[in-house]
Amino acid sequence: MKVGLTFALGSLFLAAPHLTRAQGEGLQIPKSIAAGDGFSIQSAGNGKATLYIVGPNQVLERAIERGGTAFFAPGALQNAGHYLVVLKADDSAAKGEFDVVAANKPSELSFFARPSRLPIGLHDGITGAVYIFDAYKNLITAPAPVSFELSTPSGAKQTHVVVTRNGAAFTEMDSTAQQGSDKFVARVGDIASTRVVGQVPGDPCGIKMTAQPSGQQIRLETAPLRDCSGNAVPDGTIVTFTETYGETQTTVDVPLKRGIAQVDMPAHNGATLSAASGVVLGNQIHWEKQ
Amino acid sequence: MKKGWVLAASLMIVTVALVVAGTVWPIPSATAYASGQHLLQSSSTPEEAVNSLGEAIHAQAWEKAYLSLANRGQFTEPDFVHDLTGYYPSLLTYATLDHFDTRSLHSSANDADIQLKLYWSTVVGTSPVSRDLHVTKNGDQWQVEWPIQKVSVVPPQVIPVNYLRWDVIYRGAGDDWGMQDVEAPHVRIVDMHPVQRADGVMILGELLNEDVVPAYVSVSATLLGKDQSTLASAGSFDKISHLLLPKQVTPFLVEFPDRTLAGVTGIRMTPFSTLISASADPVIEIDNEQLNPAPGASLTGQLINQSGQVVNVAHVLGTFYDKSGQVVWIADRYVDTALLPQTPVPFDIHIPEDLARRISTERTTVASFSAGGVQ
Repeated sequence: MKVGLTFALGSLFLAAPHLTRAQGEGLQIPKSIAAGDGFSIQSAGNGKATLYIVGPNQVLERAIERGGTAFFAPGALQNAGHYLVVLKADDSAAKGEFDVVAANKPSELSFFARPSRLPIGLHDGITGAVYIFDAYKNLITAPAPVSFELSTPSGAKQTHVVVTRNGAAFTEMDSTAQQGSDKFVARVGDIASTRVVGQVPGDPCGIKMTAQPSGQQIRLETAPLRDCSGNAVPDGTIVTFTETYGETQTTVDVPLKRGIAQVDMPAHNGATLSAASGVVLGNQIHWEKQ
Repeated sequence: MKKGWVLAASLMIVTVALVVAGTVWPIPSATAYASGQHLLQSSSTPEEAVNSLGEAIHAQAWEKAYLSLANRGQFTEPDFVHDLTGYYPSLLTYATLDHFDTRSLHSSANDADIQLKLYWSTVVGTSPVSRDLHVTKNGDQWQVEWPIQKVSVVPPQVIPVNYLRWDVIYRGAGDDWGMQDVEAPHVRIVDMHPVQRADGVMILGELLNEDVVPAYVSVSATLLGKDQSTLASAGSFDKISHLLLPKQVTPFLVEFPDRTLAGVTGIRMTPFSTLISASADPVIEIDNEQLNPAPGASLTGQLINQSGQVVNVAHVLGTFYDKSGQVVWIADRYVDTALLPQTPVPFDIHIPEDLARRISTERTTVASFSAGGVQ
């Protein structure tokens, strides 16, 4: 069946010059329709014929009586693009063409937000790109305003409105000084898409460590670590404690738990104790017997 | 037709002759693996007694090895086996003895001290273990006194752990194509330094996880020639701590064997990172780190597992700096015994003699692996 249809369509295309001449033989076709809309094609003459509509990813075939109107229900053609119409009868053939364009009503947004996680206080650190599609996933190329809104947990908002070009709109936003999960929303009409952007604290602004005896050992403990904007450095961040005593050294990588890092180390009189996290150094303590 | 019969008969005769020869005069390695009467048959000298014990360990003939010991009344056979292969799952649990060396330390008419060096073949390479054995004469035979190492037992207790863990949810197959995936961790090479060694080019450096989530990391390097053409590419393999918690730094070493820096116009470094489910425990203290000068330059210290969880394999990485703070060498060592809670385990890392003089400071890190998951 498919082979027969292909052969017939192939024959029609090979006979294109003839069909071009036959186009004036009474096929009335709309110049363009919106994807998913119903439409009709009127033909002249009489007798049985077969109407073919060939377009992107879709072929319609219908047996009609010439001289009448063939109606196509809404949803018959869904893919935007250029379509060819061929009316084939035993004694003649006619050809026409028309366009199916995306419906103007947005139905779906594809929203790319990058990155999903970034440090606080980055200028233009967050990017958002939107592509607008109709109900049949055709890209809507007609200009449309897109509202981008980035809101922090505290309620602060940044809003940009960008008009699409060729179906896409793009914007950049700043990450704020406050850590947390921001909501990044793109909206076109009543269609919206939301992404979550995590704003995370930067490096610790400083490390303040205290030491006190703990049995036969020294208990080292940091004050709660914060970045330079006052955000708490997240738990799990590694603080490296180092004790240098004579020619020997003791080190421990300790994760922050509940905001602080704590460890017991050997008590050596005259030892130098220090703390660091990544590239940030903390204070040094010279331990003397208490 | 006749030639075929002659050939078949010849092959059969040769085969039978070889079987008979192999049975009557077996080679030493075959003897070692056999559990027959050849094993442990001769202990007429201290060296023979130790060699015989080494062959029994090589053949995993534990009972024969145990029965040959002079002090076997002090411990059981399972104690002896666990002393060799570990009480808890570790690198030695699944290792086999590749070979062994002996070295006489002291000898007299009735006793001797001999060092037995066992080279265990583990999944991460050869792991040498030395034992100093006292050998005594008993009649006309010599017997080894095995220096059993009793494992210090941690008293039963409950160690509270504020368990911190990260899990990752990636985008699903059914998600919209615009849906962003979780961002890979941000890592940064904070130091990189190529050195020319006799056995090739080494790229030394350090990598920092500057993100707030754990990262699985690796580093690859590409040597570039004229016109930016690629001369060679290699990765850090296991000369790196692959799991980096937030703000943690690992050294890395990329080796290019048999390469020289001559002709290298550039080096392209490619750090790789991806999210990984991980926990912040166990915490391992590295105690008494000490740089020992040449000859026999090394970094020694002790690992103390501060958590209540048994660490099955520990990988110690040493980063060595000169006076200006530049990385001059990176070396590593796997600890072949499990780290029990609060129990010190020694380690030593060999430092090349020619570099030992230049080394001023060091930094030691530990990557750990526990049964049931990474870290």
